[in-house]
Amino acid sequence: MSEQMSAKEFIARRIALELNDGDVVNLGIGLPTLVANYLPPGVTLLLQSETGFLGIGPVPEKITPIGQPRVVNAGGAPCSIIPGGSTFDTSISFALMRGGHLDACVLGGLQVDENADLANWMVPGKNVPGMGGAMDLAVGAKKVIVAMEHTNKGEKKILKKCNLPLTAKGRVSTLVTEMALFRFHGGKLVLEEYAPGVSVEDIRANTEATFVVSENLKEMEISRTGL
Amino acid sequence: MKSKKLEIDQVASFLRDGMTIMYGGFMGNGTPPRLIQAILDSGVKDLTVIGDDAAFSDATKGPEGIGLLIRNKRVKKLITGHIGLNKEAQRQMLAGEMEIELCPIGTIAERIRAGGSGLGGVLTPTGVGTSVGDVEQPLTFNGQQLNRKPVLNINGRDYLLELPLKADLAVLEAMRSDKYGNLVYYISMRNHNPLMALAAETVIVETHQIVEVGCIDPDHVMTPGVLVDYIVYPA
Repeated sequence: MSEQMSAKEFIARRIALELNDGDVVNLGIGLPTLVANYLPPGVTLLLQSETGFLGIGPVPEKITPIGQPRVVNAGGAPCSIIPGGSTFDTSISFALMRGGHLDACVLGGLQVDENADLANWMVPGKNVPGMGGAMDLAVGAKKVIVAMEHTNKGEKKILKKCNLPLTAKGRVSTLVTEMALFRFHGGKLVLEEYAPGVSVEDIRANTEATFVVSENLKEMEISRTGL
Repeated sequence: MKSKKLEIDQVASFLRDGMTIMYGGFMGNGTPPRLIQAILDSGVKDLTVIGDDAAFSDATKGPEGIGLLIRNKRVKKLITGHIGLNKEAQRQMLAGEMEIELCPIGTIAERIRAGGSGLGGVLTPTGVGTSVGDVEQPLTFNGQQLNRKPVLNINGRDYLLELPLKADLAVLEAMRSDKYGNLVYYISMRNHNPLMALAAETVIVETHQIVEVGCIDPDHVMTPGVLVDYIVYPA
């Protein structure tokens, strides 16, 4: 019996190969958090939490009750801090992001456009959760990796110009979907990889943005950790 | 030396309608629960509150934090970075019952730090080219917006000018305090607390542990006691 891997898992497994051993990384809530599950052997990241520490560790076996002092991640969920971790206030925490001290961040996306603009924090009149730390991350991390599904129920999300309120202008480095991997080179959106069973025509049909096809176009490899 | 000890029922004497209060905490962790309860119990209303986020409206997911005052309609205006896990805050915002200024969290932290450090503002690349550059009351002429936050180009990069934040009162949560108010926090509960200690006229700390002066290594103090006016001891 065969089983279909979810789009989210496929994306997370591809991004797991983008990160290098020792990188200081911030993984956003949701799909980006999954990336940590698929790191290849020998790759250990130092994960940053907006809440004010470096060295996010696993969810503790015994969870401290709500209301008692406990360690939480940016989503307010219990986690732990690894040996060698460090703690600081919000000013330092966001200085690490804005000041270019993170090797990479992985963010979810609602829309990305051909100018490397990202919209991921609100849908006017519907869902206005607030930008939280997303704008600071997008503006400051050395590499901004966006993890998102290629379309939203058929609606295109990789556009000529984002029509949702922006998170940051011109800051996306890499975009990974379940169909393709794009990178921005010299202000141009370049298709570098396609998912197994997906053609360039399929990608074009599901993408509004103009993109260049790389001379070294190849099939996406994913992390096999745990498979 | 004058004691900084404050009984919880004395907190009300520092409160008045319409005041501005900063609250420590990130998703409710580091928000002083007894002080928030005391603010509610005092009956004050029309508050402007400044903090990281609106914490949780679902008490099974995490602390309610400032949400207690929001749910009870005491907040007129909330300046914060995130309300996504507080459905009641989102409802009040969309219904126009509570004014919300959404601000990137890193910018909030620096605006508070600026307010408490005698700075006239901060220049940040965060929010350039987004709605964060808009002002609260936009003025338009023939469809063109006339007023936005100033953008300064420095060494080839654009920065938004963000103004300082100050408050009448800051309510903080510490893991340990000595009787002078030298504070130690616990991992992710530190967050904005040390910054807010700088930026408010009156600073009240709720601490989990109280120790004698001299029991905390000076090198381990995270907020110097000189910034703390009153300490609410452990219950």
